[in-house]
Amino acid sequence: MVEEYEFEIKRKDESGKVYYQTYRVPKDQISTVLEGLLYIKENIDHTLDFRYSCRMEICGSCGMEINGKPRTACSTIVKQLKKDHVKIEPLKHYRVIKDLVVDMDPFFEKYKEVKPYIIRNDDGVYDRELKQTPEQFYEYANYSMCIKCGLCMAACPIVGSDPQYLGPAPLAAAWRFIADNRDEGAKYRVAVIDGEEGTSRCHFSGECTEVCPKGVDPSFAIQKLRKVSFKIELASLFGRS
Amino acid sequence: MEKIKEDIIILGGGMAGLRAAVAAAEYSDKLSVGVVSKLYPLRSHSVSAEGGTSAVLDPKDSFDMHAFDTIKGSDYLADQDAVEEFVRLVPEQIYTTDHWGCPWSRNPDGTISQRDFGALSFPRATFAADKTGFHVMQTLFSRALMHPNIHFYNEYFATSLFIEDNRLNSVTAFNLRTGDFVVFQSKSFIFAAGGAGRLFQFSTYAHSVSGDGDALAYRAGIPLKDLEFIQFHPTGLVPSGILITEAARAEGGILLNSENDRFMKKYAPHKLEKASRDVVSRGMMWEILAGRGIKGKYGDTEYIHLDLRHIADKLDERLPMITEIARKFNGIDAHTELLPVHPAAHYTMGGIDSNVKTTTSIPGIFAAGENACVSIHGSNRLGSNSTNECLALGNVAGIAAAKYALEHDIPSLVSRNVELEEKRIWDDILRRDGGENVAKIRDDLRNNMDRNVGVFRTEEGLTRSLKNIENLKSRYANITIQDKSRVFNMELEWALELGFMLDLAEIITKGALLRKESRGAHYRDDFPKRDDLNFLKHTIATYSKDGPIISYRPVVITKWQPTERSY
Repeated sequence: MVEEYEFEIKRKDESGKVYYQTYRVPKDQISTVLEGLLYIKENIDHTLDFRYSCRMEICGSCGMEINGKPRTACSTIVKQLKKDHVKIEPLKHYRVIKDLVVDMDPFFEKYKEVKPYIIRNDDGVYDRELKQTPEQFYEYANYSMCIKCGLCMAACPIVGSDPQYLGPAPLAAAWRFIADNRDEGAKYRVAVIDGEEGTSRCHFSGECTEVCPKGVDPSFAIQKLRKVSFKIELASLFGRS
Repeated sequence: MEKIKEDIIILGGGMAGLRAAVAAAEYSDKLSVGVVSKLYPLRSHSVSAEGGTSAVLDPKDSFDMHAFDTIKGSDYLADQDAVEEFVRLVPEQIYTTDHWGCPWSRNPDGTISQRDFGALSFPRATFAADKTGFHVMQTLFSRALMHPNIHFYNEYFATSLFIEDNRLNSVTAFNLRTGDFVVFQSKSFIFAAGGAGRLFQFSTYAHSVSGDGDALAYRAGIPLKDLEFIQFHPTGLVPSGILITEAARAEGGILLNSENDRFMKKYAPHKLEKASRDVVSRGMMWEILAGRGIKGKYGDTEYIHLDLRHIADKLDERLPMITEIARKFNGIDAHTELLPVHPAAHYTMGGIDSNVKTTTSIPGIFAAGENACVSIHGSNRLGSNSTNECLALGNVAGIAAAKYALEHDIPSLVSRNVELEEKRIWDDILRRDGGENVAKIRDDLRNNMDRNVGVFRTEEGLTRSLKNIENLKSRYANITIQDKSRVFNMELEWALELGFMLDLAEIITKGALLRKESRGAHYRDDFPKRDDLNFLKHTIATYSKDGPIISYRPVVITKWQPTERSY
C-alpha cells in the first residue's frame, strides 16, 4: 500500500465561503509542502489556489501557515514536520483573496513607508564605486537577506492586534538602509520609525526572528533603531543633522 | 472591461523590466511608467540568479577581452558589433547599482571584488556572494519605489498584444485577483518577460517562466530569433533542478563520475570544469551515457557528483546560498559530502528579434533581457553574461521607450480586437470541455522536450518531437478547465501559459531540425561539427497560421573570424 500524507487545507471560494478540505498525497511523490500542493492541483483538485514561483526559497511567494506556523511552502520538507497530517492555512493577519492566496498590498505599502532605498546627497552621479569594507557590509548584511515573504508579519502578535503597526519586515528594512555606510537618509526615516506605529509598539516577543526562513533578525533591528533614532533626534535638537 | 493608459508599459518586473522602469522614470518625471507582471514584485525569476555579472572594472582587463570571451562562448553566432557595444555599457551599471545599495562583494579595502567564472580570460564576475540576482533585484525594486511615476500592476496576466498600422495598439490582460479583463494602452512598450525554460522538465527555472513574452510577440507578428538554442546548465541539483551556481566550480569545485574520475580533463583539457556551459554539460551527459553516471537515492535519474569538500573554507562566505540549499533541500552538508548534479535547462538564448539598441520590428516596441535576442549570446551564453545584459540593455530600453513616448501619442483603440480576445478567454478557453487535463499535457510536453530536444538532438528525435507537439496541440483544443471562477483562477493561467509553451516548443524544434550542424548549446548527434559555410546565420521564426516560417539572417562579424573552439 502506498503511504500517504493528509493535507488538510483551509479554503475560501469566490463567494466568501470558508471550509476545510482534506486531500491524500502519496509520500513517494513529493518532498516539500509546495510539491504536495502542486500534486493536489495537478491530479486531484484543479480549483485549489496558492502562490509559488522559484521553489528555492528566494522569491518569497509561498508563505502560508503550516501546522500552525508561518513557513514558506517550497522549503518546508514534509517529512521534517514529523506528522502525516499537515494542516495548511493562509497566512494570518492578511486578508484572504482565495484559498491560500492573501492580499500582500498592505505589506508592500508599509514597506514603502520606511523609505527602503539608499538616499544620497550626490544622487545621480555614478562615475565611481563607493567604498564599503566587508566589516561595513556585515553591519547590515543580515537585514539585506529579507525576501519579502511576509511571514514575520503573520507571526507578530502586535501586527495581529494593531493592523496599523509597521511591523517587523518594514522596520528591519529601515535599519538595513540606515546601517549601510553608503546611505545618508537616516534623518528622513526617523519620523516614521519613531512615530506612533513605529518601533515603540514592539514588545520584543521575538517571533518574527524565529519564523524568518532567511535568518533575518527584525527584533534586533528594532532595538538598534530605537537607539539610533534617539541619537538622531538629539543631534537635530542641537542643530546638527 | 477596464482600460488603463500609461505613457510606457513594461511587461515583466524582473531585472530587465525594473531597470527599464527606473531608467524611463528618471529620464522624465512627466512620463508615467506601468510595470505589468503576472507576479508580485521580487517574485520574478531574476532573484534566482546566483554567481555573478561580468564587467570590465580592472585596468588589467579590457573590453576586447570581455567581447572575445563572449563571442567565443557564443560559438561565433553572436553579432560582434552588438557585443562590442554591450560590454562598454556594463561598468557604469555596476557603479550605478552600487550607489543604489547593491551589496557587491568587496575586497578587504572596500573596493568591489571580482571572481573567476566559466570560460573567462579574466576574473571579471562581479558578485554579491551567490545571491547576485537577488540583491540586484532588491536594489532595483528599492530604487523604483523612489519614483511616484512608476506604477505596478501586480498579478496581471497578459493574454495578447495587438498591432495596428505598424504600431502597438493594445495589450490585453486579466487581473488575477478579480478576474477583470483589462486593456492596456501606451505610447511605447517594452518586452521584459524573461525566457522560456519551463518548457523543459528538468530545469533551474522558477515555475513561472513559461515564455509568455516570446509567445505574445510571436503571435502578434514580431519575429523570434535563434530559439533553438537552449542552455543546459551543468549543475542542476538532483532531484529538484535548483541551480548550483557555476561559481561553485569557478571557486574550485570539481566534477566526478561514478569511478571518482575527474572526467572533464578529457573534454576540456585546459579549462576542465571551467569550460563553457555547453561543453561541460555535454561532457557530463557523455559520462552518464557511457554508464559512468551515479545512481543512488534519487530514483532512476543518473547524475554526476560535484565535489566542494576541498573548498569547504570558502563555502560560508562566497557560496552561502548553495550551501544552504544543499542542506535544506537535500539534507547534504557540502563541506563534507558530494552534491548530485545533472545538466538542467537554464537559459533561453533566443527571443524577440532585437538589437543592442533594443528596438524590434515594430517602432515603439522594445525588448530587453532574456526575452530579447540581440544577439549577444549567440548559440551559448557565458555564465555571468545575463544579469549584466538585463542591467545594461534594460537601461537602454527604458531610455529609448521614454524618448519614443515623448514624441508620440497613444493610438486610438481598435475595440474589435479586445472584444474578440475577451470572448476567446472567457467563452472559448474557460468553457472548453473535452476532458483533457492542462497539467498532464504540460507534463507530456516537458518530457518530450527533455527527451527529444535536450542536450543531444537527432533528426529522428526532433521529427518525433514535432509530431508529439502536433498531438499535444490537438489535445490542448480539448482541455477542460474545472475552475470556472473569476477570482485568482490559476488553472486558467496555466492553460494560457500552456498555449504559449506549445507555440514555442514548435519553433524550437523546427529551428533545431533545420539546423544541421552542432554549434554551442545546439548539438546534433547526426551533424556533430559546426558548419560555418551553411549555418553561420541566425534563425528567424515568423508567425503564420500554419506554423512558424523559418528564414535566416547573416551573423555580423567585426574583427574575430570564426575559428575552432576549444577550452
